[in-house]
Amino acid sequence: MRVVLAEDLYLLRDGLVRLLEAHGFEIVAAVESGPELLRALLDERPEVAVVDVRLPPTFTDEGLQAALAARRSIPGLPVLVLSQHVEQLYARELLADGTGGVGYLLKDRVFNAGQFVDAVRRVAGGGTAMDPDMIARLLASNARNEPLGRLTPREREVLELMAEGRSNAAIAQRLYLSESAVAKHTASIFAKLDLAPSDDDNRRVLAVLAYLNGTRG
Amino acid sequence: MIVRTLTGFARGLALLALAATQVVILGLALVAFTLTFGLGLVFLFPWSVRMVRGRTRQARRIAGSWAGVKIDAPYRPTPPPPVPQRDGWYREGRQLYRTSLIPNFNRTFDWMSKDPATWRDYAWLIAEPVVGGLIAASPLLMVGYGVLLAAVGRPVEVLAGLVLVAGGVLIAPHVPRVHGLWTKVLLAPTQRARLLNEVRHLTQARTEAVDTQAAELRRIERDLHDGAQARLVAIGMTLGAAEELVDSDPRAAKALIAKVREASAASLVELRQLVRGIHPPVLAERGLGDAVRALALDSPLEVTVSVDLPARAEAPVESAAYFVISELLTNAGRHAGARSVAVDISHRGAALRLTVTDDGHGGADPSKGSGLQGIERRLAAFDGVLAVNSPVGGPTTAVVEIPRAYPGIGGGIIPRWKVRLMTVCWGLFWLPLFPQGLVTLVMKIFGADERSWFLALYLPEVLQLPVIFAMIALGGGMVAYGTRMARQLKAADGACA
Repeated sequence: MRVVLAEDLYLLRDGLVRLLEAHGFEIVAAVESGPELLRALLDERPEVAVVDVRLPPTFTDEGLQAALAARRSIPGLPVLVLSQHVEQLYARELLADGTGGVGYLLKDRVFNAGQFVDAVRRVAGGGTAMDPDMIARLLASNARNEPLGRLTPREREVLELMAEGRSNAAIAQRLYLSESAVAKHTASIFAKLDLAPSDDDNRRVLAVLAYLNGTRG
Repeated sequence: MIVRTLTGFARGLALLALAATQVVILGLALVAFTLTFGLGLVFLFPWSVRMVRGRTRQARRIAGSWAGVKIDAPYRPTPPPPVPQRDGWYREGRQLYRTSLIPNFNRTFDWMSKDPATWRDYAWLIAEPVVGGLIAASPLLMVGYGVLLAAVGRPVEVLAGLVLVAGGVLIAPHVPRVHGLWTKVLLAPTQRARLLNEVRHLTQARTEAVDTQAAELRRIERDLHDGAQARLVAIGMTLGAAEELVDSDPRAAKALIAKVREASAASLVELRQLVRGIHPPVLAERGLGDAVRALALDSPLEVTVSVDLPARAEAPVESAAYFVISELLTNAGRHAGARSVAVDISHRGAALRLTVTDDGHGGADPSKGSGLQGIERRLAAFDGVLAVNSPVGGPTTAVVEIPRAYPGIGGGIIPRWKVRLMTVCWGLFWLPLFPQGLVTLVMKIFGADERSWFLALYLPEVLQLPVIFAMIALGGGMVAYGTRMARQLKAADGACA
């Protein structure tokens, strides 16, 4: 799988290259600044891009801006954004076009190579990978949402994992449940939140995130 | 127009009456002054200064409310009361006093006698009955003289009289303003007094800013010392242990390394929180508007944010504004029990303005809430002000204004000489316009023999008309300039406020 990587710290860039290559990815470009990233994305058209938010020359949100610009010219270009901190504002901007194929994770998540590589694959496949931290804050800012308050603790756990972008199978494995039990919880959550059920994993995740962001409909 | 003219006359009359009664105050003040410095009856001095200040305070207030001429009090701040020594005595220089009476009096005496504003008050007190009285009386004098002149009955005098009456009616509405500008000359703080006050204020603000900063640094140091630093030490030690075990007991080494990974993740979380408290990353990356939007998204309240900013302000200003809004949002949720909050970020001229309105139960009081006082301290370093309107039962509106956040935008400062020129124009425009201009023109047209004080009529025949028209033009120009500058001054005041 062809990957473009953008990260300005040499040690971290090198580490990411090693990690991804060890898991069978092909790094077609590893760049360290915003303009380079945009050029690489448009020239190489990778299957997935792994991008740090803060990049030279301005050290503001160069990486995010380059990724968003690239997605405007190549709709659906899968992008996984890494950052030292997660912001709902940035997640909204990534999700805004509603096509999926986006991920937004804390840099710490690369500590767990297996889960990180899984997230990269998920994004490359058009899925979503949202950081658990982000989901927790999203739920915290929805503290007064009544339908959410009616969820059982188990359903809430399922909702959190679903919002992160995980499939039923992955949720089942994580919570030590059967897949059919997860499916039952999912159906119940969608009914309580008054969302249209969907078999498609990606569309389901986007619907849940849109609901939590208050941008539904 | 008629109302304005009539109020002009009435106010002129009132000012004249005040200027006349002032003679009594002036007499008392002069007697007290003579007794104080001639006979040493020093205890009379504070009393007489307070009386004079009462009168000048009234004059400033009148200038403000009748003419819109804002005059700040120029006095130095009152001295702090004397503090007794440990044995209960009051020391002053080499003297000891049993009670605070004498030291207190000495401080008051020094405070009053060493303040130039006191002596400017006296100067005004002496000059006002003449200068202020003349200004206040000028429309009445012109109308009165015009009527008398017209009563003579010859066409020339009648016409000249009518022009004078018209002139008097025309300038009547401007009398309070001209009088206010005259009052400002002596009663406004001098540049020096203003600067001294500013220095005093800045010194205090700086001390507070340094204190807050030092406290903040201590907190950060403690957090790093107890948190990340300690964890890094533990990580290093555990890695050392793992290194020793790696050959003999690979499984134990693996378990240790897993622990190290957890510890490093935990310290990252801590550092992230610390960074957020020092300078939120979105603020650095996107500026105030988006940082507050991000804050609103994280808040459990329903927060709407509207932003209208010309550019990014300086980082310290942005940071202060961000933390102020953050604090206000916290207050709204924690103390006011609000459900929804509206945040408006805009600029007025060069000033940055934040408005936070919540639908909580109100009753917030800046003099009690330590949170609001913290906000005021944070703002003080930028000359910012906080105004809270929070009736019991809500809603609460907090408005914060930080001046000069966007230098280069809005009205500039008007040089002092232009303000002086404006005062001169307003004060003297009638001289070329009426007696030397219009009235002389009438005299000239009707070929009166009387030359009296119409200067142009003393000139050779050919020069007379051009000089008269030049006089009229000069008077008109002075009115035009005065009006334009007054408007600019108003705009500049608005931008700085």
